[in-house]
Amino acid sequence: MAAAAKRVPLPAILLANDLLDGDVVFAAAAGPGGLAWTRDPARALVASDDAAAERLEAFAAAELRGNTVVDAYLVDIALEGGRPVPRHFRERFKTLGPSNRPDLGKQAGEGIAPAPKG
Amino acid sequence: MYRYDEFDERFVRERVAQFADQVARRLDGSLSEDEFKPLRLKNGVYLQLHAYMLRIAVPYGTLNARQLRQLALIGERYDRGYGHFTTRTNLQFNWPKLRDIPAILGLLADVEMHCIQTSGNCIRNVTADHFAGVARDEIEDPRPTAELIRQWSSGHPEFSYLPRKFKIAVTGAQEDRAVTRAHDIGLRLRRHPDTQETCYEVSVGGGLGRTPMIGKVVRDYLPKKDLLAYLEAILRVYNLEGRRDNKYKARVKILVHEIGAEEFARRVEAEFARLDGPSINADPEEVARIAAYFAPPAYETLPAVSNTLEAARAANPAFARWVEVNTTAHKVPGYTAVTISLKPAGQAPGDATSAQMRTVADLAERYSLDELRVTHAQNLVLPHVRLRDLPAIWRTLGEAGLAEANIGLVTDIISCPGLDYCALATARSIPIAQAIQQRFADAQRQREIGPLGIKISGCINACGHHHVGHIGILGLEKRGIESYQITLGGDAGENAAIGEILGPGLAAEEVPAAIERIVAVYLAERLEAESFIDAVRRLGLAPFKAAFQEVPRAAA
Amino acid sequence: MPLLDRNGAREDGWTRSEGAAVGNIPAVIVPWDSLADALAQQGDGRNIGVLIPNSLAISALAPFLPRLALVAIGFPAYSDGRGFSLARQLRRAGFAGELRASGPLIPDQFAYALACGFDTIELPQANAERQPLEQWLRARDSYSLTYQRGYGTPDRNILDRRRAARAAAAPGPR
Repeated sequence: MAAAAKRVPLPAILLANDLLDGDVVFAAAAGPGGLAWTRDPARALVASDDAAAERLEAFAAAELRGNTVVDAYLVDIALEGGRPVPRHFRERFKTLGPSNRPDLGKQAGEGIAPAPKG
Repeated sequence: MYRYDEFDERFVRERVAQFADQVARRLDGSLSEDEFKPLRLKNGVYLQLHAYMLRIAVPYGTLNARQLRQLALIGERYDRGYGHFTTRTNLQFNWPKLRDIPAILGLLADVEMHCIQTSGNCIRNVTADHFAGVARDEIEDPRPTAELIRQWSSGHPEFSYLPRKFKIAVTGAQEDRAVTRAHDIGLRLRRHPDTQETCYEVSVGGGLGRTPMIGKVVRDYLPKKDLLAYLEAILRVYNLEGRRDNKYKARVKILVHEIGAEEFARRVEAEFARLDGPSINADPEEVARIAAYFAPPAYETLPAVSNTLEAARAANPAFARWVEVNTTAHKVPGYTAVTISLKPAGQAPGDATSAQMRTVADLAERYSLDELRVTHAQNLVLPHVRLRDLPAIWRTLGEAGLAEANIGLVTDIISCPGLDYCALATARSIPIAQAIQQRFADAQRQREIGPLGIKISGCINACGHHHVGHIGILGLEKRGIESYQITLGGDAGENAAIGEILGPGLAAEEVPAAIERIVAVYLAERLEAESFIDAVRRLGLAPFKAAFQEVPRAAA
Repeated sequence: MPLLDRNGAREDGWTRSEGAAVGNIPAVIVPWDSLADALAQQGDGRNIGVLIPNSLAISALAPFLPRLALVAIGFPAYSDGRGFSLARQLRRAGFAGELRASGPLIPDQFAYALACGFDTIELPQANAERQPLEQWLRARDSYSLTYQRGYGTPDRNILDRRRAARAAAAPGPR
């Protein structure tokens, strides 16, 4: 459900789950004018106006058609210390991981920090 | 326990290949996500908040050591080193990658396991009394029936696209530990008063979720030989007439409710009468073939009292306490059934690490005739333990962090994964369970309170069975924050009842104090030896409501 | 619209009529609402079939069955499985003509449809293009054996195979 008729309030970011891995991914700027998925919520591209939100929606629709991600949708956020933080607690968990297991998920740097050596 | 023959083996292997093919067709775009989703669900694959989730069937909750070790291995190799036992006696892994799932299914098939129909709008994994074959109040072991239904329901050509999910539970005992009346079909083995023949009492239309209902009996005594034809008749009536216009009204309980149990039964009987039973039912030799796998194991002849055990109890109060709380009388003298609590304080209810799974597998092999059970209360059972082995088992469990003596007590909380994992959840469950466990951590206090079942669901779908908790907790979202609704007086047993709401929703941090107030009313008002639920029944809701209103609230 | 039977793609010898007009068409499928009118005009040697909604009770259709050469059951969505039960009831009622599933079914339902008594599957063009024939044939053969008795031939049924094995192993009178 990418291009929902009713859009969330801006600013917003685009998130989805990777089709093959299931990991939560975020649309981020990549190259000149391009978009790509990142597993790091801090790098998510923040859309502050309609044009930017439409660009994210178009990217979501294309990526869903291309069978690379599922469940892509915009999430309204607040900027905290320059980082986008979803306003709703459900989406916040998607940027963090299970609250009872701080050792797991993005809050533990999974998929974000460079993989430990060895 | 049941062992696959060449046909069962081939069926499961073909299911693995089929799923791999479905994944391939999803990736190349042949299957849309809308088409693929029901297919992956029928194989237990969900997309949760952070990752995919894989739900593995533990049919009627029975496992052997080899199977549990394989689950431990899968947890380590493809997940994060732990799994979650559910109220449907299944095991869930929270972090598998879709690309790895065909390989995981292959490992499961190696130990005669699968994920078939652990989700989706089809006949789900069949559950049974976790003390099957052990309990003293048992008329007949329900597992041969459950296994027959497992096979019959697997890949059913007609009943794989039902209006909604369909759950069947079987019990053969007086006490209904399988919560049969909260299932779409509940089967209770009982003797016909005239013929003494073992029959099924069939109830239909139980279920929790958005509209909780207790199942209605549609047949008092169904001859065992007619089982599959009768199930076919029920499922056909439901498949044709169950509502499909509204997902929340699609369970068979709504159909039974709307047309009435009598009319539903009449339609089932009319359909059943037109079926050619002998061409549908399993023949008696097939039923006997399955039953033979559940014949009682080779028990030793033992004295009813173990001096080793008695000496250990006398010497160690903590051990004595664990024996008192976590063991259940066995029908064979000198044996007992041990329930291993997966609810130590601070841990997510029902979670077990791969290391813990291996410890339990070793214990099962060494001390329990290589058998294990998973309970709907999210604990594990060693069903055939010699009394004299209890001290050694307790020591080993203690080293693995599994010797919590709290079965059936206030900290033995049933909880779904909630919003920490689940994409459907509206609020978290696990932290609520942990906060209550912490509040009631004192063992002496738990003992003083006695049997009390708290059940927590993180959404209205009620995977945590909150409706039938003595105290039920339902997590919802209210104006952008988590809010918890408390119910009282539910019961999952043979006196099945749906709990009633006590008052307005609470903030997460207010919940432990509210539970405390409810418990205080009970402790103040109870008669001698009166359990919590009995006291609630006697007193009614009023005194608890009054206390609930005094729960200190954070400013709204 | 593309048509399949258990052996693969098949030419459709039937024509769809929007109403009761059957004219001189040799084999025509009419909507359920027009069935009585169509049968009233049926000419010699002309075959009539009907497309029924999957919500129709078998008792409503039963009186017409002897005069029908085809019954097509609509599948409004592949997830709506009523048609499978209706097919079983139609076969039990003795209907021996062509039984057709009409709608956006998916290959993974092919074997189920055949087991429940369907002969043919009629797909929307877009579905057939996205899910080519070879996927249907592979899905058809996903399982060599199944558990449910009465939904296919005994040689492909696990319970019947076990029974046959028991009979073969039992010491018979010599």
